[in-house]
Amino acid sequence: MNVNAKLTEKIAFGFIGASIFTVVLFVCIILYYIISNGYPALSWEFFTSMPRNRMMEGGIYPALIGTISLIIGSMLAALPFGILAAVYLNEYAKPGKIKWVIEMAINNLAGTPSVVFGLFGLALFVRYFGFGPSVIAASLTLGILVLPIVIRSSQEALLAVPMEYRQASLALGVTRWQTTKSMVLPAALPGIVTGSILSIGRVAGETAPILFTGAAYFLPRVPNSIFDQFMALPYHLYVLATSGIDIEGTRHIQYGTALVLLLVVLGVNSIAILIRRHYKKKLRLN
Amino acid sequence: MVFKRRHKEKLIEATLFWIGSLTIIILILICLFLFRDALTLFSTHSFYSFVTGSLWYPTADPPLYGLIPLLLGSVLVTFGAICISVPLGITSAIYISEIASPRVASFLKPFIEILAGIPSVVYGFFGLVVLAPYLQLWLDLSTGQVALTGSVMLAVMALPTIISISEDAISSIPSSIREGSLAMGATNWQTIYKVVLPAALSGISAAVMLGMGRAIGETMTVMMVTGNAAVIPGMPEGIVESVRTMTATIALEMGEVPIGSEHYHALFAVGSVLFIMTFLINLAADIIKKKYRFKLEGS
Repeated sequence: MNVNAKLTEKIAFGFIGASIFTVVLFVCIILYYIISNGYPALSWEFFTSMPRNRMMEGGIYPALIGTISLIIGSMLAALPFGILAAVYLNEYAKPGKIKWVIEMAINNLAGTPSVVFGLFGLALFVRYFGFGPSVIAASLTLGILVLPIVIRSSQEALLAVPMEYRQASLALGVTRWQTTKSMVLPAALPGIVTGSILSIGRVAGETAPILFTGAAYFLPRVPNSIFDQFMALPYHLYVLATSGIDIEGTRHIQYGTALVLLLVVLGVNSIAILIRRHYKKKLRLN
Repeated sequence: MVFKRRHKEKLIEATLFWIGSLTIIILILICLFLFRDALTLFSTHSFYSFVTGSLWYPTADPPLYGLIPLLLGSVLVTFGAICISVPLGITSAIYISEIASPRVASFLKPFIEILAGIPSVVYGFFGLVVLAPYLQLWLDLSTGQVALTGSVMLAVMALPTIISISEDAISSIPSSIREGSLAMGATNWQTIYKVVLPAALSGISAAVMLGMGRAIGETMTVMMVTGNAAVIPGMPEGIVESVRTMTATIALEMGEVPIGSEHYHALFAVGSVLFIMTFLINLAADIIKKKYRFKLEGS
């Protein structure tokens, strides 16, 4: 019986090993294909020149600028509200029904499909507010999409601030808001920055929410106001890969664009991890 | 002065309360705007034929807006994805939390998290140019853009969700319970299988549901790799045929319909169905997680 149990364990662990190996293999294969095929396309010119010859040649400059505008716009929308919502939940709200409902709403918003945000942005920002397909409509849509991420990571950062900080300040007769503003928030700042950086990665990669809220198939210029349409990296990749004029012939541009997207996302994620690691050590030393 | 200060504090607290409730307000707004544009469809088109219609031909005369092929397309692709990602995800979570040394685990976790960061359009691109041709070759199909390709890509995308939440659930089991089992002479595997997994079951179920919610709502990836034929998929051979999901239908057609047309409202109706489905899945996951959070500790 003992031998049997040992044998079962060996078989089970074999399966588990095979499965973790498969998962790691998935990651490696995807990274390998995108990086090895995309790398030759990257050059200074690729980043700084317009698409030429009906997008069959040239660079990704307008799409890059469009994506950067979206990042700035959506962060301006999501950060203040997200951080203050986290402050309310962690520093003010008492445990109970209301807090529970808000937490539930955050989870549900986080799980809402991105294409539904696209429909919502179309109905509310493009049509109801009359912004038309534009940078501002798409930025606000993406801002709502990342709101749950900003709230969650800000909450985590606030939770990590030791209770003594608050108690010491409150004991001196300082009000709750002043305590929050000058003691708790500064201490939580690195964590909050980490969260907002992570949401940048999300904004850069999302396609479905901008399909109907302002992304253009092709524009020979960068957007000149927030009410202008724009090109964006993920949509550019989608267009080239599925409906470009010469799909096979522009594979190198497609791989290059995919690699840029991947680098943006991996880049911001590693920066976030580094910041987190750095400040975790620091907070503990204090 | 103290009075003024107290007054200011109250005002700030009230403002913060409203900002805190913003997510609720947004959810309500999403419902309002989605349902409003969806319900307009049913003033000209019967609700019954939308829900039970087996044909989606928005350009036919008269146009047919039958939900069934799209719904089944979504269900098929999601079901395929779950069949692949749940066994892989749960066993990987077991490996990371129970078997791997802390050093290996601290390398594996961020490495797998990379999958969560890759944009869906990049997955779609990879599926289209790498996976689809291979599947076509291996399975001897006329095209590689089939439900299975979508399922595999969605499975990869759902893996980080399933792994990280299952892993959380498994590592939250107190070690005293494990030690108790090992002290009785059970092997490591018997302990995992008979003691740890049952105790972590609620967390793991929540992980599976969240992975499912993510898969059913995914748009760009499935749109790029599943071929988008709006026909009722055969079961089970539909897995190697072209299908069209609800998400892909919205994304593909919304760009081309005149705003305010019947077709426009039909797409909002599909979006509402999708929203309600994911809402229920997420709610269920939330309730499972809250209700059955590890209860052994106190007893």
